Amino acid sequence: MRISVFITCFNDTLFPQTGRAMVELLERLGHEVEFRPEQTCCGQMHMNSGYRDEGLELAARMRRVFDGAEVIVTPSASCAGHVLEHEPGLPVHELSQFLTGVLGVEEVGARYPARVAYHPTCHSLRALRVGDGPGRLLAAVEGLDLVEIDEADQCCGFGGTFAVKNAEVSMAMLDDKLSAIERSGAEVVTAVDNSCLMQIGGGLSRRGSPVSTLHLAEILAAT
Amino acid sequence: MSDAREVVLGRIRTALADRPQPTAAVLPPTPPAPADPVALFAERAGEYRAAVHRVDTAGVVAQVAEICAAHGARRLAVPRDLPEGWLPPGVEGTGDATVPALDRVDGVLTGCAAAIAETGTIVLDGGPGQGIRALTLVPDLHICVVAAELVCASVSEAFQRVEPSVRRRRAPLTLISGPSATSDIELSRVEGVHGPRRLEIVIVT
Amino acid sequence: MSSASRGGATFPQAAHVELRNAQLRRNLGHATRTIRAKRAAVVDELDNWQQLREAGAAIKRDVMANLDTYLVEFERAATEAGATVHWAADADAANDLVAGIVAGHGEHEVVKVKSLTTDEIGLNDALAARGVEALETDFAELILQLDGDWSSHILVPAIHRNRTEIRDLLRRTIGPADLSDEPAALAEAARVHLRERFLRARVGISGANFAIAETGTLVVLESEGNGRMCTTLPQVLISVVGIEKLLPRFEHLAVFMQLLPRSSTGERMNPYTSLWTGMTPGDGPAEMHVVLLDNGRSDVLRDPVGREALHCIRCSACLNVCPVYERTGGHAYGSIYPGPIGAILTPQLEGIGAAASLPYASSLCGACYEVCPVKIDIPRVLVHLRGLTPKRGAERRAMRTLAWLFADAGRYRRAQRLARVLPARVAGAGPMRAWTAGRDLPAVAPQSFREWWHERRP
Repeated sequence: MRISVFITCFNDTLFPQTGRAMVELLERLGHEVEFRPEQTCCGQMHMNSGYRDEGLELAARMRRVFDGAEVIVTPSASCAGHVLEHEPGLPVHELSQFLTGVLGVEEVGARYPARVAYHPTCHSLRALRVGDGPGRLLAAVEGLDLVEIDEADQCCGFGGTFAVKNAEVSMAMLDDKLSAIERSGAEVVTAVDNSCLMQIGGGLSRRGSPVSTLHLAEILAAT
Repeated sequence: MSDAREVVLGRIRTALADRPQPTAAVLPPTPPAPADPVALFAERAGEYRAAVHRVDTAGVVAQVAEICAAHGARRLAVPRDLPEGWLPPGVEGTGDATVPALDRVDGVLTGCAAAIAETGTIVLDGGPGQGIRALTLVPDLHICVVAAELVCASVSEAFQRVEPSVRRRRAPLTLISGPSATSDIELSRVEGVHGPRRLEIVIVT
Repeated sequence: MSSASRGGATFPQAAHVELRNAQLRRNLGHATRTIRAKRAAVVDELDNWQQLREAGAAIKRDVMANLDTYLVEFERAATEAGATVHWAADADAANDLVAGIVAGHGEHEVVKVKSLTTDEIGLNDALAARGVEALETDFAELILQLDGDWSSHILVPAIHRNRTEIRDLLRRTIGPADLSDEPAALAEAARVHLRERFLRARVGISGANFAIAETGTLVVLESEGNGRMCTTLPQVLISVVGIEKLLPRFEHLAVFMQLLPRSSTGERMNPYTSLWTGMTPGDGPAEMHVVLLDNGRSDVLRDPVGREALHCIRCSACLNVCPVYERTGGHAYGSIYPGPIGAILTPQLEGIGAAASLPYASSLCGACYEVCPVKIDIPRVLVHLRGLTPKRGAERRAMRTLAWLFADAGRYRRAQRLARVLPARVAGAGPMRAWTAGRDLPAVAPQSFREWWHERRP
């Protein structure tokens, strides 16, 4: 399969290692990967911040950039959700859903010996409904010890511009999430969205916590 | 005020200028009936801390007598068409349904129009053996005789059963699921605020 | 009572205050966690829950699409049944109508069942201004009234108060002086105080959970029995009903009687539900009035995306599951309708300018949509309303600039390289400060993904 990477402006700029890992993983699974350099941003932030026209225009631009792509995979559930909602014809898939749903794989040849907790991001949980896909992928990683976070489905408090427009409430939500993570005994927290991991990681690091964050793609790419 | 009526209706019509045409609602099919609706009703009503008793027809009066004795109830308000043989000897029944009279009785004894197994609910429609609404509201003890054949499996079925009363005689309906309660104090459910604080259900098979 | 009368604070400003109320957060956290668990348990019992939700949503969509027709039908059926139906375009009109009816009977005291609709229009204050005391009879509403406070939760309005506070308040007001803080004792104090008022009241005021167009029937759900007291014992009953409360046919009620109790208190059924269709001789009020209230609902109806907010059946499931509400409580929303539903209803009822911060009082987590018994897509409406709020010039310029950068890959790449060298405090200082107050920020990567890709295969 020829897979077109939708990197997202966010990952492109702040978390390129997630994109690199996703490419390595997909190639390891035997697929051809392409990257269309005309892509920029899908418009989710504009849409969710109340700039609907700009959000729609950027989504439409995505449609033009990815015209003819057989399948498009992205390491961001929230961006996938935005594109699927406004350009439903585009064959976009969030990475974990692509692996378990389209490729039908759970075991991807990964090895990552650490105690890992999975945070289900709100978009992947409720909008894309990835279900237990990420959990099954993690369970198949060699050496990985998967632990539970209490009330894991509680929002981490990121919510895009919510994190700054309602920073205090965002922090209150984050504090509870961080406490739950600490109780889980995890060494690493993973998720399918770097936006949430940036919120969680930013809080962990401010607390001086030894717990780190790592996108699911990077765990699955590790050998 | 007909002016206000025209204003409001006019606003609504303007608001609906886009002429939405939603697809029709599909009422969910009734779920399969439980194996023993009467037992389920007894169980679920009991969970609300109503006291539930099961007797046969011959046993009704003795059960009512026992309940009255347990509560020290010697005078009950009753609907005028209360079935013969429900009121025990030694317990006075009064048909006076004025508020001052109801405030002075020890309890009230009625039948019902239907019951709902799924939710442990009694339905009154002011029909035979039930009397007016104040009867089951003002006294502190409500003894309700529920004939087993009146137990419906589901909420939908119960509403279907009482719908004719509403259509034909505009019957007021009262659904009762346990004694009165409030959850307003730190969310702990506290029984007994304004309706009868004790509900005794006598199921007759 | 509009949000302006609540002090006019924006949501972030109000949240700043409420977040520091440790007692509130503890009470709320405990309460919402408890109700969430109860709701989940009773919902899990039903195999057809999703079908019920879909039916509820479809019935309400039909109501809104044909609201004028159903209102006229209701008016006809209720009038035939002996009620007098009035129409009120706004709060003042509704208050005038109610006050006029009360005055017509020469009464100076009425008993009331909890009704958010009457809170919305400020009925109690309007009656007080005309020398009529409206006695709240719901336990929580009584507490709030005695203390001059206002509701923080649709269903459990005094949830921000613990038993000791309630005991102290009752000792000060309705007594007795040695009242304990046992919930049963507190409830008994309320019972004794109110019973005497119920039994002598001549005028009762209620709202309605549902109004059935076909039969002219009103429906009130409750737990304590005060609703039955207010709607059965007085000689005169006045019910203020929002026009969105309609259901088309009697058979539709069964759907909502399954959705509402499970979604609100997490019970299979609430203790008491009363249905009445006009007047019944010798049983209940001899004079019945229904006031059909608009007060902004037709404005909400005008918006094809926003109008589903009118489907709300006031269960409060969305409040109980919202991580924002759980931490800030209802007062932070500055409105009678708090939480997720408040964030979409209030700006539409009162005008977006009056409540512009509310659509942003959400992380868009979607938990509310999952539990809404009538499937209101609250996140979708929130985003829609965000599109309508006024934007500050600086923000608009920044967002337009970003969109312009994103519109061209070359501009985007140059901006990326610039971001790498620009200190964060220059680029978007305000938001950066809000972030870094409590969180660290990752640096812009030294090599972007696309630079890496280009390097490996130009």
